[in-house]
Amino acid sequence: MELSGAEILIKSLEDEGVEYIFGYPGGAVLHIYDALFQQDAVKHILVRHEQGATHAADGYARATGLPGVVLVTSGPGATNAVTGIATAYMDSIPMVVISGQVPSAVIGSDAFQEVDMVGISRPCVKHNFLVKDVNLIAETIKKAFYVASTGRPGPVVVDIPKDITDPRIKVPYKYPKKVHIRSYNPAVSGHKGQIKKAVDLMLSAERPIIYSGGGVVLGEASKELTEFSQLLGYPVTNTLMGLGAYPATDKLFVGMLGMHGTYEANMSMHESDLIIAVGARFDDRVTGKLDQFCPYAKIIHIDIDPASISKTVKVDVPIVGEVKPVLEQMIELIKDSKKTPSKKALETWWKQIKDWQSIDCLSYDRESPQIKPQFVIEQLYEVTNGEAFVTSDVGQHQMWAAQYYRFDKPRRWINSGGLGTMGFGLPAAIGVKLAHPKADVACVTGEASIQMCIQELSTALQYKTPIKIVNLNNRYMGMVRQWQEFSYESRYSHSYLDTIPDFVKLAEAYGHVGMRIDKPEEVRPALEKAFAMKDRTVFLDIITDQTENVYPMIESGKAHHDMKLRVTATGTTTDRELA
Amino acid sequence: MRHIISILMENESGALSRVAGLFSARGYNIESLTVAPTEDPSLSRMTLVTRGSDQIIEQITKQLNKLIDVVKLIDLAESAHIERELMLVKVKTTEANREEIRSMTDIFRGRILDITPVTYVIEMTGPSEKLDAFIAAVDPESIIEVVRSGATGISRGEKGLHL
Ligand SMILES: Cc1cc2nc3c(=O)[nH]c(=O)nc-3n(C[C@H](O)[C@H](O)[C@H](O)COP(=O)(O)OP(=O)(O)OC[C@H]3O[C@@H](n4cnc5c(N)ncnc54)[C@H](O)[C@@H]3O)c2cc1C
Ligand SMILES: Cc1ncc(C[n+]2csc(CCOP(=O)(O)OP(=O)(O)O)c2C)c(N)n1
Ligand SMILES: [Mg+2]
Repeated sequence: MELSGAEILIKSLEDEGVEYIFGYPGGAVLHIYDALFQQDAVKHILVRHEQGATHAADGYARATGLPGVVLVTSGPGATNAVTGIATAYMDSIPMVVISGQVPSAVIGSDAFQEVDMVGISRPCVKHNFLVKDVNLIAETIKKAFYVASTGRPGPVVVDIPKDITDPRIKVPYKYPKKVHIRSYNPAVSGHKGQIKKAVDLMLSAERPIIYSGGGVVLGEASKELTEFSQLLGYPVTNTLMGLGAYPATDKLFVGMLGMHGTYEANMSMHESDLIIAVGARFDDRVTGKLDQFCPYAKIIHIDIDPASISKTVKVDVPIVGEVKPVLEQMIELIKDSKKTPSKKALETWWKQIKDWQSIDCLSYDRESPQIKPQFVIEQLYEVTNGEAFVTSDVGQHQMWAAQYYRFDKPRRWINSGGLGTMGFGLPAAIGVKLAHPKADVACVTGEASIQMCIQELSTALQYKTPIKIVNLNNRYMGMVRQWQEFSYESRYSHSYLDTIPDFVKLAEAYGHVGMRIDKPEEVRPALEKAFAMKDRTVFLDIITDQTENVYPMIESGKAHHDMKLRVTATGTTTDRELA
Repeated sequence: MRHIISILMENESGALSRVAGLFSARGYNIESLTVAPTEDPSLSRMTLVTRGSDQIIEQITKQLNKLIDVVKLIDLAESAHIERELMLVKVKTTEANREEIRSMTDIFRGRILDITPVTYVIEMTGPSEKLDAFIAAVDPESIIEVVRSGATGISRGEKGLHL
């Protein structure tokens, strides 16, 4: 079969099993768009901004585990995609981004719409390619998918000069079944000796805690993590990226840890004598002050990326491997072992944890005449039976969604953790809805974040992806305002948007349903009504308490046991001195 | 501590910038860097001299290994090895210093490659420290130009860095 470069590219995507490609046309990719037009195996989703394409592909990838695919033109198309590529990179999301490039003959001459995409994207991709020969397109695409989706996943950019896709130049096409890259050999099952050593430590721990992260979601090891944890009966905490990997409603779950983690999760970390880190990367939002991090604990760390191990915190038992096979081996060893965890020690430990839990660090004023954002998330949880896919933007609303929506399944909580990209939520929700057309998809956002990719409301109409936008409208960049309140004596420098649009009218202008809710008793009925409209995108503009802050909070530079807690209505602080 | 990291990588146009970019992005220091193709034209060999605590060197080698273009690497400082660097030095010569420069070059086992009525070009190879010592010994006033290749090295014994 003889095909042009453009046809080879599209056929390769088809043969790779790609369902959707998110893109935006332009000069350098016109040959490719022409080839797209003449087939219908690969469906193209036309976004309104290339950043939207990357986030939508990313949302699709997070919801399915399959690589998201993006197609953009050279120059501004490529640079607009960079934020989304960096977002995927920081959270280890598999993605293949195809960017057009100026014709080979003029590369380097400051040609029209030329940027060095390979150079610009280098620091935020797992790998990138410049295709210099039409005969290499199929193999390069295969390699791109292989690299993006194996080992520690990540985005891969394939930059293709226009002449390589010329419809007049046809060459034989065959999509390789397999590729081998001699310098890239991921997928390891973990060192047996280290696994044994880890299990021995686990069975003699007295105050253990399982700290699991995004690696469990990425490695599809939720079932194994659950079995492993329940076999041991140890408390489990999740990072922001790990939420859902362990069922939040289970009694072993002590909530998220870190800067806005629960009191019990952070105290358990601080007092623990054994941290079992599973697919988590000791991010600074999790560790707090490094030299006071888990002062009494030995640390076991399972991670596929050796560079994640002992990067910031020195670990005692490193295990390089995929979480799934490593946990499977551990489960076997624990089952076969004569030794069992000390019942007495564990009882004392759980008693201590229950004591911390009794502080009820997530309580808030339920009697308030204003709408509390936490209440909205709780209602969202109930109305969707805890089964929705929830995307979010970045800010306070993101933390409240993480704290109050109890995710029992992986891949349901979809947010930008590492880069913290405002504008992520709406396009990501479109990608999720395409992947799961029957599921409820909510985008929890703020009035500042939503405006960063609001244009994608138009995409949502064109492709009939009915999502529910829950805008926690506090008339502030709340997260920024909170930091200014705590650290800058309430000097709210530029964290207030003076002219917030009428979101109801805006939603209607885009062809959707808009609702404005400003009383607590309206929240539940509005959510019910919105989710009952199965085929409509609904924008719920919910006017929330402007002064609300996210608690608990470990301010930067502080240790885990040094949390700022909510001051309750009676004026007494729940903060207390701990021995 | 000073480390000499020797890297075997794909001989591709982007490979060098990936390594250089990694060092600048992560704030690692590079003292010197040399790169050339190997006997296998698909591979090139890079030798990189860097300094850092054990923890930083561990991260450097892990991050380098993560680059898809990097096939293999070793930290030469971890075992017995031979280190060499090439240096070319152009010095001003006068009646008074010619003899001294010649004998110093001999002592350091260098060679004089080019002579004009007022200059010498001296070639010298050795561990970087030895080259430093030579420079320190020569009157700084007489030095016109110094060119150094950066260190390269090879391990002792039967083991080697190859595919
Ligand atoms: C406003 C804001 C506030 C935040 N506050 C918090 C907070 O309070 N608490 C919190 O936890 N985070 C918080 N974050 C997120 C934080 O910045 C990090 O993104 C997050 O902590 C990282 O999660 P993780 O450690 O699970 O790592 P991820 O980024 O999910 O990385 C996954 C790790 O698992 C490894 N891995 C991947 N696949 C596999 C596999 N198959 N097998 C084994 N290992 C694998 C990877 O190599 C990597 O080391 C906040 C972010 C924002 C924007
Ligand atoms: C693209 C981008 N720019 C700036 C920031 C810094 N930032 C983090 S949270 C935030 C405010 C978000 O406001 P809003 O969307 O209203 O959410 P809220 O915190 O009020 O819930 C800002 C500006 C960011 N994360 N991303
Ligand atoms: Mg806001």
